Amino acid sequence: MKIIALDSSGLVASVAIVEDDNLIAEYNVQYKKTHSQTILPMLDELKKMVELDLGTVDAVAISKGPGSFTGLRIGSATVKGLAQALDIPVIEVGTLEGLACNLYGSSSLICPLMDARRGQVYTGLYGFEKNDTGFKLVTHLSERAVSIEEIIDEAVIKGRETGQDVIFLGDGVPVFKNVIKEKMSGPYSFAPAHMNRQRAAAFAHLAMDYYKEGKAVSCFDHAPEYLRLSQAERERNEGKRNKGSAY
Amino acid sequence: MDTGKGTIKILSIETSCDETAAAVTVNGREVLSNIIYSQIALHKDYGGVVPEIASRKHIEKINQVVDAALSESGYGLDDMDAIAVTYGPGLVGALLVGVSAAKAIAFAKDIPLIGVHHIEGHISANYIENKDLEPPFVCLVASGGHSHLVAVKDYGEYEVLGRTRDDAAGEAFDKVARAIGLGYPGGPKIDKAAKEGNPDAIDFPRAKVEGSEYDFSFSGLKSAVLNYLNQCEMKGMDVNVNDVAASFQKAVVDVLTDHSINAVNAYGLKKFAIAGGVASNSALRESLKKRCEKENIEFFCPSPVYCTDNAAMIGTAGYYEFIKGERSGYDLNAVPALKLGER
Repeated sequence: MKIIALDSSGLVASVAIVEDDNLIAEYNVQYKKTHSQTILPMLDELKKMVELDLGTVDAVAISKGPGSFTGLRIGSATVKGLAQALDIPVIEVGTLEGLACNLYGSSSLICPLMDARRGQVYTGLYGFEKNDTGFKLVTHLSERAVSIEEIIDEAVIKGRETGQDVIFLGDGVPVFKNVIKEKMSGPYSFAPAHMNRQRAAAFAHLAMDYYKEGKAVSCFDHAPEYLRLSQAERERNEGKRNKGSAY
Repeated sequence: MDTGKGTIKILSIETSCDETAAAVTVNGREVLSNIIYSQIALHKDYGGVVPEIASRKHIEKINQVVDAALSESGYGLDDMDAIAVTYGPGLVGALLVGVSAAKAIAFAKDIPLIGVHHIEGHISANYIENKDLEPPFVCLVASGGHSHLVAVKDYGEYEVLGRTRDDAAGEAFDKVARAIGLGYPGGPKIDKAAKEGNPDAIDFPRAKVEGSEYDFSFSGLKSAVLNYLNQCEMKGMDVNVNDVAASFQKAVVDVLTDHSINAVNAYGLKKFAIAGGVASNSALRESLKKRCEKENIEFFCPSPVYCTDNAAMIGTAGYYEFIKGERSGYDLNAVPALKLGER
């Protein structure tokens, strides 16, 4: 099966064309241009380079979130357009799971970090477990928006419990490196450049499994998972709550 | 440019504010479908459009409106000769949804992509129902986000004669409607209330902008309404909401009418059109129609469905760009402050 995978959830724009366990092409850019200017020209370039016949593509995979609201929507609208025009399904892959998959087979605790602003990170805790065919991604702590201190505490507790070291990765690492160095106890490290940002090929890998599990959706049903309400909705809910408590 | 079928079919997409819209048009002037998903109900509680909420809704609805536009037209994507999409001006997050989806569809189907200016779309809405209308003419574009007096010199060629210095006309309607308790969206609510009120009850100011006779300013008028409401409150007087609505509306309509007619006469173009959401306002339409009749000016106005944000008008504007050979690349970006006549 052939998949086009896209990620524009954070600072990186990444596009991959994957056929089964064969990565035909991947293009990663971390540059100041907006994803709106990069992601489709990147796919177009790959398509030409590998003479891809779009009619042979079985599905499009997308990093569904969390991440930058605007970045997620650029990726989502792009795959929704592709899926509608090519009449193929969308496979949604969590951004943090996709990031964790960069470290396939690792025996460490994997902690992806994305800067969520407002003093928080989008994060979770993941690992790999051996099964019949290789390794399977397992979730120790599901995706959430919390303070960096909170996720460090969680990582320390889990590490003590299992005796595992922790690997941090993601575009949140440069933002919080000093806090991690200061607060982190127990063994840890930072993933190197070739595996510390979103890579569409990793999303495609998970997408293949999801597809086989029947988890693909139609373009009509796909929307990003933001993990957060809009600011206006948040403030409105808070206002209601405050009003409620006054009575 | 002939496709062999003698017609050019365009799928167009518009997501610049709070309507998710798609349409199929033929040769720019024939509308086969014009699907609009309005988000007004979602934004009502906030007293105006919330950009993040609008963007999220666009993502949920974009495929549905495209699908509905195609099926209502009786054609499929394979029959389309081009995709046209609004890329500015507007809310950047909202624009990006339409732009990204349109680019992906154009890429997947390998058909030309045309980025369209939103205001150019509004102006072009006049071509849909007035098959004989051709440039040059003068057009007043008035909506929640824009108030422009434009000389349309040719298809895609514009000279902005005047613009608002502060609030857009529709914005003034929204703000005043909120102040007198009519709620959002202000335009239709004030229009309705004004029908029951006396337009000469309160003498609100007709603002002129020093040194530029075609520019508008509505913030002073808005303040005058607020002052009036305050004074009534201080004096313990009851406010007649219908009279305030009618008098405010009259002040806006007078200014829009005078500036427009002056521009038409000064430019010697005996053709005048209106466009944008405020062009649905019944008092404005009536006033302009009367003045045009009096001054022997040919007057054009789109039906309300083509005044509001819609995709058919984007298809019309896109058609004239298309036959001129304009094409956009896959790096087309949303440009929130795009100026008229810029590409």
